[in-house]
Amino acid sequence: MAKMIICVVAYLILAPVIGGLLAGIDRKISARMQGRVGPSILQPFYDVLKLLEKEKITVNRVQDFYIFCFFLFVIVTGCMFFAGQSLLMVMFTLTLASVFLIVAAFSSNSPYAQVGAEREMLQMMAYEPMVLIACVGFYMYTGSFDVYDIMATPHMPVVYLCGIFVGFIFILTIKFRKAPFDLSMSHHAHQELVGGLKTEFSGSTLAMVEAAHWYENVFLLGMVFLFFSNGEISGIIVGLVVCLAAYFLEILIGNSFARMKWQVALNSSWLVALILGGCNLFALIFIG
Amino acid sequence: MSYITKSPWIIHYDGSSCNGCDIEVLACLTPMYDVERFGIINTGNPKHADVFLVTGSVNEQNKNVVKQIYEQMPEPKVVVAVGICANNGGIFKECYNIQGGVDTVIPVDCYVPGCAARPEAIIDGVVKGLGILAEKREKLRQEQLAAKSGAKAAPQAMPVLDDPAEAKEEEA
Amino acid sequence: MSTILFLIGFPLLVAIVLLVLKQDSARDILVKLAAAVIAVVSIVFVAMNVQEGERFFDIPAAGTIGTVMMVIEVCLALVIIVLGVQKKRYLAPILSIIQTPLMIWFELKEGHHIEVENAMYIDRLGMIMVLIVGIVGSLIAVFATGYMKDFQAHQKGKDRRPWFFFLIFLFLAAMFGLVMSNNLIWMYFFWEITSLVSFFMIGYNGLFHKEEEEDKIATRNAFRALVMNLGGGLGFAIGIVLLGTNFETLELSNMILLGQMGQPVFIVAMFLAFAGITKSAQMPFNSWLLGAMVAPTPVSALLHSSTMVKAGVFLILKLAPVLSGNLAGTMVYLVGGITFLMASFAAISQSNAKRVLAYSTVANLGLIVTCGGIGTPAAVWAGTLLLIFHAITKSLLFLCVGTAEHHIGSRDIEDMDGLFDRMPKLAACMLIGIAGMFLAPFGMLISKWATMVTFVDAGNPLLILIICFGSAATAFYWSKWMGKLAAIVANRENIEKTVHAAESFVHITLTALVVLVCICFPFISKTMIVPYLAGATAFGQSIDTLPLANSNMMVMVIMVAVLVLLFAFFFGRTKKRIVPIYMAGVNEGDNLTFEDAMFQPKPMALRNWYMESYFGEFKMNVIGVVTTSVVILGFIGMVVGALIGYGGM
Repeated sequence: MAKMIICVVAYLILAPVIGGLLAGIDRKISARMQGRVGPSILQPFYDVLKLLEKEKITVNRVQDFYIFCFFLFVIVTGCMFFAGQSLLMVMFTLTLASVFLIVAAFSSNSPYAQVGAEREMLQMMAYEPMVLIACVGFYMYTGSFDVYDIMATPHMPVVYLCGIFVGFIFILTIKFRKAPFDLSMSHHAHQELVGGLKTEFSGSTLAMVEAAHWYENVFLLGMVFLFFSNGEISGIIVGLVVCLAAYFLEILIGNSFARMKWQVALNSSWLVALILGGCNLFALIFIG
Repeated sequence: MSYITKSPWIIHYDGSSCNGCDIEVLACLTPMYDVERFGIINTGNPKHADVFLVTGSVNEQNKNVVKQIYEQMPEPKVVVAVGICANNGGIFKECYNIQGGVDTVIPVDCYVPGCAARPEAIIDGVVKGLGILAEKREKLRQEQLAAKSGAKAAPQAMPVLDDPAEAKEEEA
Repeated sequence: MSTILFLIGFPLLVAIVLLVLKQDSARDILVKLAAAVIAVVSIVFVAMNVQEGERFFDIPAAGTIGTVMMVIEVCLALVIIVLGVQKKRYLAPILSIIQTPLMIWFELKEGHHIEVENAMYIDRLGMIMVLIVGIVGSLIAVFATGYMKDFQAHQKGKDRRPWFFFLIFLFLAAMFGLVMSNNLIWMYFFWEITSLVSFFMIGYNGLFHKEEEEDKIATRNAFRALVMNLGGGLGFAIGIVLLGTNFETLELSNMILLGQMGQPVFIVAMFLAFAGITKSAQMPFNSWLLGAMVAPTPVSALLHSSTMVKAGVFLILKLAPVLSGNLAGTMVYLVGGITFLMASFAAISQSNAKRVLAYSTVANLGLIVTCGGIGTPAAVWAGTLLLIFHAITKSLLFLCVGTAEHHIGSRDIEDMDGLFDRMPKLAACMLIGIAGMFLAPFGMLISKWATMVTFVDAGNPLLILIICFGSAATAFYWSKWMGKLAAIVANRENIEKTVHAAESFVHITLTALVVLVCICFPFISKTMIVPYLAGATAFGQSIDTLPLANSNMMVMVIMVAVLVLLFAFFFGRTKKRIVPIYMAGVNEGDNLTFEDAMFQPKPMALRNWYMESYFGEFKMNVIGVVTTSVVILGFIGMVVGALIGYGGM
């Protein structure tokens, strides 16, 4: 119980810091890859703080409330995860949060926001099978859906869940909103839909979306970590290294590819889930 | 401490430009000049932006657009007119189809001359604009604080008898 | 026991009275009164019996009742034959001619000597069904009083509403009889009545007309429903004959006991489950449910989403203990799983709101059927939760769509632009209903979560993949619709004033029920579902672990409460300055039109994705129908082959 409280508090306080720093490192490394100097790694914090200073405007009376719910439930997702709760419950809460984001974009009735929201729904549909298969994989290997139980199992899950692991890293591109699958919104010179999903968000609302992404990214890296935790120090070290490596891999992929069409995103994600995830499940049932 | 100068986001709009100034603006984003190191991001969306970068003059077709984009930007905001056409119409000033510079429709804070304006000049102009932005931010904050304390002063007017006297002193 | 007879007899009486009552106001009062009485009696009945759990009833004069039923069956068969020949649709009469003599021969010759101790019984699963029929069914009847007024105003034919309400209450009576029957022949009788009521309801628009095209569609769909349900009835009849001749009993409770003792009653269960599969519109029999959407919306809500189709899954859930781990169960869960996946995909490409709801119904019934086929106590727990939540939420959605249709003139989701401004209360109810179908922390998600856990425990990788991909598709088509409803479009006239009070009342009640049942579900699980599973009529032993831990359930309940409070206090309140949306700077100011290159105002329209090339209805149906047909034919073929091989035992 005490462990849960400490983890949740640590997550609440540290996740935005770590998430923001990761976002800053992302921009720095991307800049260096492009031969530029790039902003300081504290830049995301400056961005969010600036957004909080802006005039409070909005397009209707409900949009910002939906975003607040999105923000709240992303944090709840992360807290549940780090409090050791059931992986399925965590994933379903994340779906709830994502739907709040989508409904917020739809509520504005803005063309750019709506196309962005449709693409966001498509992204959700693309990655959800793999994510659920990953949860099931953990359950089949460790006998429990609960995060603390999975963390404590003696061998690294990745050995038995290698197919699922690779598949999860694949769909991580979608979740981190990196090219080639950054269909619904993107920051920088990548736009094709103006702001996409977040076109009509502004000021503190946009700051909440940004911060929510930080919380979510830390949670996602936590999922990656889960594949490597074996209850000992070696697992922790390897896990952290792999998390950073995975993040770097996503940055590399993001900078190497152009955005692809939604058909490619859906087809490839589902194919990966079916083949890598499905075969891994078969193997777990009939061999392991 | 205002963060707005550390993270100025730009919306760039092309009025009737020949695209020369636009190319120079985009050049600022390239590795050669790399304005992202100042935290500058080119958002395409007025609701996200702090700095309105306009190239090209205003004409009948785009004057409403310029006004709309300006109005949809949240305070504090600055307008930087890039290139001589945006400043006052440039060589097209006498043309029948050109209204004039950007300041004929919205208030401009910084004028960057040139045809095409050089990236160094554009960056210089934006930096000056940031200075003005910081001032505006400060003024906005003062107004907000005054509004809050003004709102607080009213209910407290009864018990504290000193306040009206102090207010009169300030006015004097 | 008198309560049981009251629950069956009272709606029947009301039905007959309504058949002759012509006056609107008198009918309204009678329907609302009767609905209230039925609801209250159902609740009291369950409250009084839930402690004890199982009760068997030896009905006096059961033999006479059985004979009366037989006579009525013959009359109904004659009606089907006459109507079928008249409309030149011969499949229904053929099925009737095979079925009814089979049952009569069996009842008079072979089965006559079989002793039936308790013709009716009630256990907690039956009580859950009684509550659903009594509360949701009554609410739908109340809704229909308002809805049918508008319906009649749009129609040109004569006012056949007495016939409509007669059918509704007859149906309620039949459903009560069905869920409380122990004698399978009696259940078969009520089952066939529901099929016939469905037939008349679907054909309400056209069966008795002659001319317009619309009537032909209604007639065609009505006969399709009848044929498929009669096919199921034939399976039911074969099952009864097999049970009687091989196991010397006609009682469902005995059959389950025999199964628990290791007798191969799964052979019988296979045919009974087949009947359940047709009744719940599982593939390859799903087209009747889709076709039934031409009926008036209360019919779609009552029969084709929350009650009649639930009879099919109710039977399968009841049979779950004898389906576990054998050929019958495998057939059932394969059919259910494939149906769930294909129907979820097909729903993505539908823009007609009722068809989306219909495919969603088929898909969710598929999940329940799969749970029944897996047949473990945990699976039945999940399936029962699905049943409860689906009945309430889906009926709410159908009724909302019905009201919307009458006021905006369309059933198409794409015409529900700006519904939040035009009909705010309705849009809010619909949004809660849709959220209740797939979002945490609401009930359907919880049930789906439990289902996922049981699928994983069943160890079939195909089922796991099916539910993972199906869930993704489900989230897509629901959030699409949610987004459409949530769009705030300014300057829209509020047209909600003309909604009948009856309709609004039912919407709000059902919405409140959705939230309430979500909050109370741990209590329902503890008092009704878990004891049911431990009862003699189910598994006979208490379930060790539930798919969802208590802490999980608590977290979900807290989340529901948090959401309710958040919305109550903060929804729609903001002090921010409102600015127009970004339309590349050419917004005309109303957020709806923009200025084009020639300075003319152009309206903007936003449409959803339907992905016809991926999830086209035809393709999905073909895949589903072919695979499930192969499964059913294969498995039944195997069993029939084995029976013949063993010389019919």
